[in-house]
Amino acid sequence: MPPATQTLRRTPLFDRHRAAGARLVPFAGWEMPVQYEGIRQEHLAVRTDAGAFDVSHMGEVETSGTDAERFLQRVLSNDVSKIAVGGAQYSVLCREDGGVLDDLFTYRLADDRFLTVTNAANHERDFAWFAEHAEGFDVDVRDVAADYAMIALQGPRARAILEGQLEGEAPARMRIVTARVAGAECLVCGTGYTGEDGVELLVPPDAAPAVWDALDATPVGLGARDTLRLEVCFHLYGNDLSEDRNPIEAGLGWCCKLDTGFVGSDALRGFEPQERLVPFAFTDPGIPRPGNPVLVDGEPRGVVTSGSHSPCLGLGIGMAYVPVDAATPGTHVEVDVRGKRRRAEIREKPLYKKEDG
Amino acid sequence: MAEETYPPELKYHPEHDWARIDGDEAAFGITWYAQDALGEVVFYDPPAVGATVTANESYSEVESVKAVSDVFAPLSGEVVAVNEALSDTPERINDDPYGEGWLVRVRLSDPAEVEKLLDVDAYRKLLQG
Repeated sequence: MPPATQTLRRTPLFDRHRAAGARLVPFAGWEMPVQYEGIRQEHLAVRTDAGAFDVSHMGEVETSGTDAERFLQRVLSNDVSKIAVGGAQYSVLCREDGGVLDDLFTYRLADDRFLTVTNAANHERDFAWFAEHAEGFDVDVRDVAADYAMIALQGPRARAILEGQLEGEAPARMRIVTARVAGAECLVCGTGYTGEDGVELLVPPDAAPAVWDALDATPVGLGARDTLRLEVCFHLYGNDLSEDRNPIEAGLGWCCKLDTGFVGSDALRGFEPQERLVPFAFTDPGIPRPGNPVLVDGEPRGVVTSGSHSPCLGLGIGMAYVPVDAATPGTHVEVDVRGKRRRAEIREKPLYKKEDG
Repeated sequence: MAEETYPPELKYHPEHDWARIDGDEAAFGITWYAQDALGEVVFYDPPAVGATVTANESYSEVESVKAVSDVFAPLSGEVVAVNEALSDTPERINDDPYGEGWLVRVRLSDPAEVEKLLDVDAYRKLLQG
């Protein structure tokens, strides 16, 4: 039975979504828009024009103090010392055994102050993990999720739309600035989850409706957010990443700097994966779905973790863990979709490139 | 997408499928309600011509970007035609669910089953819960 509606949390933009006729669904404890006009149209709006996403369900943790960098270097997999003030960095949060607790973006607000954005479903666990590991460090770790709504503005026209509402300079990719957007002081981050240019805005919750209204972009729900990220092979925690997988298997070795001594680095040192997460595309009709077995030479040897229809490519695409001997791009496999075998080919990342469109 | 309609000449199955009876044959499809709940259809996998379908059992699937939905046979029989056009344009199921979005044509093996289907008033009542 789905959880009762009144137990679900609502973002400051909930009334906007309802007024726009969005289909609202429970997601990670929140009542979120999965689509407005339709996933395909919203997806294509982001690829060709601009889309606005309410991602206020995502959490934030602020880490400050003399040891802030040294502490984050211990919990996050990437080299935190490489983040300049006003910079952004992707990393994973690992257990001692290398299992992935979350994947996150961290922004350096000041020399001794960082903001880390968490996945909604993991936020409380991440915060507890931070707090638990902060012992012995001169840091203040604060759950600041209630201080921010979050709006992603993505697509080729996103920057032009932003600049019409922005007092000051827009940030470059992987940079952040503090600036007023539609009159509200926001953190403007040159990041996103779609493969398009754009920004993510961290907004005071009470100002979120005014900022949302000022952005002249197609509202886009979580449905298209998922297909957009899958076309460019960005990981989704809970599908492609979990505590049962480590970042090397997941293809995230590039953001694991073992020399920094982060929690989990010992387990990952010298690790030789037996399976790898790879993108694939169907050469048959059909749509792969998470959990579908992947057949190599007719034998079930892998599993689909993300699968959908690609609106830009017009075919079934996905990501799957497969044995390393079947992980090379060009390898032909089959996916068992509810009893029907569909032919597929392992591909390079990303599945969709701008020039394809 | 089409406006919400339920043609009075059709017979309805509670799983949101319709049948247009024509002598000893019938065309099947999904109702406006079903396509609206599913969202834009991006894939339809038809059964083979000659396949046997059984009333109240799933005979194929329609898929939107996010979801897979079983399609139930309102009546029993043998598939004599499938809507081939839907392989290139499955969105016709949304645009015209009772016309160009038809799914299969079936030669009925037990025309008496028609009596068990809902008429439009009964189906509308079911939708209102």
